[in-house]
Amino acid sequence: MSSRSPYLQEDESPSGFAERRRWFLIGLSKAISVPGLILCTAHIGFAGLAQEAGVTMWQAVFMVPVVWALPAMVILLGTIMTGGGLFAAAFAVMLSSVRLAPMVMSLVPELRSGRSSRLVLYFLAHFVAVTSWVIAMETIRQVPKSLRTSYYFGLGSVLIAINMVVVGVVYVLAPSLPPLVVACLYLLTPMYFVTSLWGSARENAAYVAMALGLVLGPLLHRAIPGFDLLAAGLIGGGLAYLLHLVRRAPA
Amino acid sequence: MTFDAFDNWWWPFLFIVLAGWAMTYPWRALGVFLGGRIRDDSEILVLVRSVATALVAAVIGNLICFPSGPAAETTLILRIAAAGAGFAAYFFLGRMILLGVVVAEVVFGLGFYLGY
Repeated sequence: MSSRSPYLQEDESPSGFAERRRWFLIGLSKAISVPGLILCTAHIGFAGLAQEAGVTMWQAVFMVPVVWALPAMVILLGTIMTGGGLFAAAFAVMLSSVRLAPMVMSLVPELRSGRSSRLVLYFLAHFVAVTSWVIAMETIRQVPKSLRTSYYFGLGSVLIAINMVVVGVVYVLAPSLPPLVVACLYLLTPMYFVTSLWGSARENAAYVAMALGLVLGPLLHRAIPGFDLLAAGLIGGGLAYLLHLVRRAPA
Repeated sequence: MTFDAFDNWWWPFLFIVLAGWAMTYPWRALGVFLGGRIRDDSEILVLVRSVATALVAAVIGNLICFPSGPAAETTLILRIAAAGAGFAAYFFLGRMILLGVVVAEVVFGLGFYLGY
């Protein structure tokens, strides 16, 4: 791509504090982007859901930096709403968040440079979620290798801060909004998930798993409330993987 | 031990930390640990991603089928039609998430206004 960029000469750049701060700020500015805007709309939807689930504003705001994975946050709300226990919630959240591991795995080689300690990487891993990951994968090669950790810290921390404010503000405003607006806010979350999930699929098995999950979730919700998400994930994901194996097997 | 099992201010926050952070961060840490050790196209990751994808898809299905608040007054057909229109717009018109969201909202908002 932009071979004229002066930043592509790897590891030749100074990495003093001023330079780190400069790239931290460039990272901050990348949050103002289309993926960043979409993430805000998804958090608007989350704030509306939180309001309806009966958690307090501070609890909802607290979830943003602590969990920082929207599907996990929505699952938490879902369990709270239906009066599910800690272990059911924890298990469902754990299964829904497996995808974070491969995302971090693919980002680490880009972030790492000879100078960055593993501790820094373990700290930055907390900031990995779909949006910051998408932005980072698109832009990080324009950043000098030794400064990528500063850049990603800027990007991740500002995304969290912005969305904490969004959740707090929308939570407070939601009760005074007209029903039409509240209903539309509700639809933001499933639409963000369904499109970003489709876009992040790596292989055909993911499309099959998605279709099965969409149908199995509601069906099992009636049959085995409380374990519907777990069961849909295991059954739908398992079947998709089996199909993947059958297709790949030599004829 | 539900979210409101104990009558003190800190239990819900502890619940969030235990069921939220403690169940998500280990996956991120595992990603750092394995980064560079497992190829990200390895077979086990296909299974792992499939289960995670189906689980999140189940969340989407439940949100569409069992809504809460004012959205609960709409018909299931409207919600499916709105989501379907949004997804079709996303799928056929350049895979732009924002476009998919906007189209779904327009269909849904109109339907809600018209009482479907």
